[in-house]
Amino acid sequence: MPDLLSVKNLKIEATSYPPGEPPKTVTLVEGVSFDVEKGKVLGLIGESGAGKSTIGLTALAYGRGGVRITGGEVKLNGEDLLKLSPAGIRKVRGCKVCYVAQSAAAAFNPAHRLGEQVIEASLKHGIMSRAEAEKRALYLFRVLGLPNPETFGQRYPHQVSGGQLQRAMTAMALCPNPELIVFDEPTTALDVTTQIDVLAAIKHAIEETHTAALYITHDLAVVAQITDDILVLRHGKMVEYGTVREIIEEPKQDYTRALVNVRGTRRDEAPDQSDTLLKVENITAGYSNGFKVLQDVSLHLPKGQTLAVVGESGSGKSTLARVITGLLPPQDGTISFDGKPLPKALKGRSNDELRRIQMIYQMADTAMNPRQTVRDIIGRPLTFYYGMRGARKTERVKELLDQIEMGGRFADRYPAELSGGQKQRIAIARALAAQPELILCDEPTSALDPLVAEGILKLLLKLQEETQVSYMFITHDIAIVRAIADSVAVMHRGKLVRFGPKSKVLSPPFDDYTDLLLKSVPEMEIGWLERVLATRRMESAGN
Amino acid sequence: MTGGGPAHGPELTATAAAGDSPQSAGVAGSVASTGTPAIEAAPSFWAKFSKSSPLVALIVQRFALSIGLLFAVSLMIFGGVEALPGDFATTYLGQSATPQAIENIRKDLGLDQPATTRYVQWLGGAIKGDFGKSWASRNSVSEQIGKRLGNSLFLAFFAAIISVPLAVGLGMLAVQYRNRLPDKIINVISLAAISLPEFFVGYLLILFFAVKMGIATFPATVYDSMTLGQRLSAIALPTATLVLVVLAHMMRMTRAAILNVMSSAYVETAELKGLSGLRIIARHAAPNAVAPVINVIALNLAYLVVGVVVVEVVFVYPGMGQYMVDAVTVRDMPVVQACGLIFAAFYIFLNMFADILAIVANPRLRHPR
Repeated sequence: MPDLLSVKNLKIEATSYPPGEPPKTVTLVEGVSFDVEKGKVLGLIGESGAGKSTIGLTALAYGRGGVRITGGEVKLNGEDLLKLSPAGIRKVRGCKVCYVAQSAAAAFNPAHRLGEQVIEASLKHGIMSRAEAEKRALYLFRVLGLPNPETFGQRYPHQVSGGQLQRAMTAMALCPNPELIVFDEPTTALDVTTQIDVLAAIKHAIEETHTAALYITHDLAVVAQITDDILVLRHGKMVEYGTVREIIEEPKQDYTRALVNVRGTRRDEAPDQSDTLLKVENITAGYSNGFKVLQDVSLHLPKGQTLAVVGESGSGKSTLARVITGLLPPQDGTISFDGKPLPKALKGRSNDELRRIQMIYQMADTAMNPRQTVRDIIGRPLTFYYGMRGARKTERVKELLDQIEMGGRFADRYPAELSGGQKQRIAIARALAAQPELILCDEPTSALDPLVAEGILKLLLKLQEETQVSYMFITHDIAIVRAIADSVAVMHRGKLVRFGPKSKVLSPPFDDYTDLLLKSVPEMEIGWLERVLATRRMESAGN
Repeated sequence: MTGGGPAHGPELTATAAAGDSPQSAGVAGSVASTGTPAIEAAPSFWAKFSKSSPLVALIVQRFALSIGLLFAVSLMIFGGVEALPGDFATTYLGQSATPQAIENIRKDLGLDQPATTRYVQWLGGAIKGDFGKSWASRNSVSEQIGKRLGNSLFLAFFAAIISVPLAVGLGMLAVQYRNRLPDKIINVISLAAISLPEFFVGYLLILFFAVKMGIATFPATVYDSMTLGQRLSAIALPTATLVLVVLAHMMRMTRAAILNVMSSAYVETAELKGLSGLRIIARHAAPNAVAPVINVIALNLAYLVVGVVVVEVVFVYPGMGQYMVDAVTVRDMPVVQACGLIFAAFYIFLNMFADILAIVANPRLRHPR
């Protein structure tokens, strides 16, 4: 079969303007070659900065910001896109090649109805008449399983949910009958239970329309469900290129092997016999407009152990952490810490009570002052809680930096000079500086690449062994729960649906929600999606 | 009066900014907190109403705020005129001012009554459209103003229908060719126009078009007996001056607002659909840049009515601004108050319409979930 898209020896550069220095040319992608046959799906996988999206967009001859394609060729049906005029490129975009963005919520124009936006490219390129385009949009809304397909196009983007928008974006890409679609992390921003529906819809739609696709993601388990071939990228270079089976089952490169095994860490739970550190009883909390975010939540956490709080966005996980820290005083219920009741509001707590509970946030970036050096960031709690100054403080900062496996040479850096994983390590060091007994971790790894995230998890486990600190670990990722938790709390719509030791919570019999949650987590296994969908169909047929 | 209008600007733009916030929740929230006392008396009804039809609720709220503001302004105008030094009777009588004559005139004009009584009388009349009698000419103020206001609006209208489409069009063009030659030319010319004082622009235009080339009419005085064609020819130069003065502000705001939107993800989507540059700007960027642009247009339209006094003087045009300046010099208070109130009303209601248009342009408010 002839290749639809053939990329050879691609080189992509960008110019960066560091302050106070002459502009620098940075090579983002070098020596990347791949082919996509008609009707086939190629997965581009790698961590952030690997150049996945940049490569994906070359199929539309598009460079974001100051990105330039400086070498190689991108042939679509034998025609080199890089040699086309701007008008020629416009005839390819939205006609032969379409794009599905990561955040459909941002990629839809808020000022126009969804239907108009879905059919716009088809009309502008003269591919079909308005009536034909509307008919096709309706067909696609049906194929993608959107609710009320007849009236869906009448709605505005803010009137539908995130998962529906992502499917509408897929419909928009499919509408002009393109030969190739570039999916740029289409499910990354979605909850795991929504992701599976969108994945199934995309897969079904691709099969139905025989469209070829480039599928970009950082999640190997997702890509294994949907693609025929996989190209593994790192730092803008090819690591490994092969069929799904070759990559998942017989990876040849170390990096690929690490990606495949990244979710392999598991830990047995510790027995629940030590003293209770944190006890939360019948907490109800909400906002002044009467909306209750948490309802009657009770749980407890023994000393030196890890409690994982799992649930999708909006389930109240982060609010629970805010209640425990005192930032949001609960309307009802009690919190006791180390056997003593804890004042509800932050203002009522003593310095020592504050010191014993610390927090790590999802975005280490926004939780640090960009104008302070690492020394100041870690040193602040040392001065605040322990009155340390001068040489003693410097010494302790160095100790903490060693503890998080970074070393004293980082003390004079600013947050902007650190990578995402390093920033999160500094945030951990800052929490440790107070020598707390409990650290509330609010999705500290979900913004990080899988391998970096794994490093952070291992660090947290090591620190727990060394200091006997307890963690309340908020996450939506079941794999993390398996890796680090002793006990698990499953939250759904502000209520606690399941709580207990990990082995009990994660084994049957399940309640409906936990069952759905567990089954929605993609597994690194070819055919997983089909299997889950088949069981779902059987269940609904059985009912 | 040039300074009088913009003095009200900040408070109005501040309320506008709050209303433009894209989060409908925030806007709905501000309804309850900034509502007038009459509205707060029935919170449950108003809360329900603003939830079921936020658009109508916001418009009603804007309207109520504007009326309230106009009353506050009327109080300030009256108070300011009261506080003015000098006295009509003294100015009017000149050398022949005796204490008895001054007393007689004051009594004649009703100045012996307390200020509160006079304020209530004046406001009561103003609501009915009766601004009393001019002290200087003993004629009805409303009648005299009517004609002058007509002239001012005639000039402002033509300046507006030329400058607004031109400014928005040039702004879009500047975005399409941003940082290239057309953008730079548009920027330089508009900046030059805004940097020159308007009387200077006026004199330059007179020098070239009336004196050297002789193709334009000067002075721009209009009479009742003129035909429409003659009038248009008379106002050509003042209109051109006003267009040059307000153009740059609106053009640059349009450019900035659209450029801001151009970096959003949905514009990238449009680009990846293979749409042409101008279609992306006009269909995908402009509708989302409407709110800030409308506000600047409203400010400039208000300026065209309120702030034209310099241009009117330069071109000897019989508009409101000149009338008011004349009245101030002779301390003809009913005329000053009437002009002030009418200018304030224009300013407030133009900004109100801008606010309402910006609210209507927000699809989140037009189509609640």
